[in-house]
Amino acid sequence: MRVPILKQGDYVIASIQSALTDDDLIQLRDDLAAHVGKYRSKGVIVDVTVLDVMDSFATRTVRDLAQMVRLRGARTVIVGIQPEVAFAMVQLGLELGSVATALDLEEALALLRYEGQ
Amino acid sequence: MKDNEARQVGRQIPITSDLDIVEARMAARTLAAKIGFTGANLVMIATAVSEVARNIVEYAKPGEVILSVIENGPRRGLEVVARDNGPGIPDVAQAMVDGYSTSRGLGLGLPGSRRLMDEFYVDSKAGKGTTVTMRKWVPEK
Ligand SMILES: Nc1ncnc2c1ncn2[C@@H]1O[C@H](COP(=O)(O)OP(=O)(O)OP(=O)(O)O)[C@@H](O)[C@H]1O
Ligand SMILES: [Mg+2]
Repeated sequence: MRVPILKQGDYVIASIQSALTDDDLIQLRDDLAAHVGKYRSKGVIVDVTVLDVMDSFATRTVRDLAQMVRLRGARTVIVGIQPEVAFAMVQLGLELGSVATALDLEEALALLRYEGQ
Repeated sequence: MKDNEARQVGRQIPITSDLDIVEARMAARTLAAKIGFTGANLVMIATAVSEVARNIVEYAKPGEVILSVIENGPRRGLEVVARDNGPGIPDVAQAMVDGYSTSRGLGLGLPGSRRLMDEFYVDSKAGKGTTVTMRKWVPEK
């Protein structure tokens, strides 16, 4: 299940549409990193609203993505982590580290624009 | 398992690839919802199943995840057994420590799953495979 990636000005938005396998997540990470390199995007937004699980692998992959994107001079914002999912992540011991999060797309865009100033 | 507990097998899911991890956690969520779990508990169960299933794919495939409905008096719960005939875990106590990983993982799968579930047992010996059994009981109203 490939995740659609949408270019929107200086930013790129990936909206996850369904449950993802580990391979799908790796693919998404690499696609986004490549996109940022090619189009010199300033920010990446990943919408995880539909994900009903963020386990250790997903969290690690998101953190790796943010790291790869940062090395290319851009920022990553994760959007739409459900409260129950966040709760389970905390129980598991997972943290997103320095990866920014936002409640919705609008907030994520505002955050990126603010930081880009 | 105590004498006064009853068990009814719901699903048995072979685990060989990352696709099966998704299958196992969806099946667990579906069965858990059927027996009365809601909200955060559903996510906690699905997350723990994801972790133990991934450990099979990562270290010991093939294996299987067996989901059962368990009963103890008036209480109902979900039992998850993740079983493989892989290399086993030489030091289970060490593997249960937060951050311990032989694979550059976060080392949170086993200890984290224990926190997500009510009961958690690891039966493993080097060379003899691994069986992780975990249970969660439907909260009383
Ligand atoms: N089914 C298994 N067979 C053999 N070894 C296992 C199995 N499950 C876990 N282990 C061992 O126990 C260690 C700890 O497992 P745990 O799931 O807690 O962390 P991890 O898999 O290394 O990282 P994470 O799950 O956070 O990505 C693993 O690194 C591995 O050495
Ligand atoms: Mg693991």
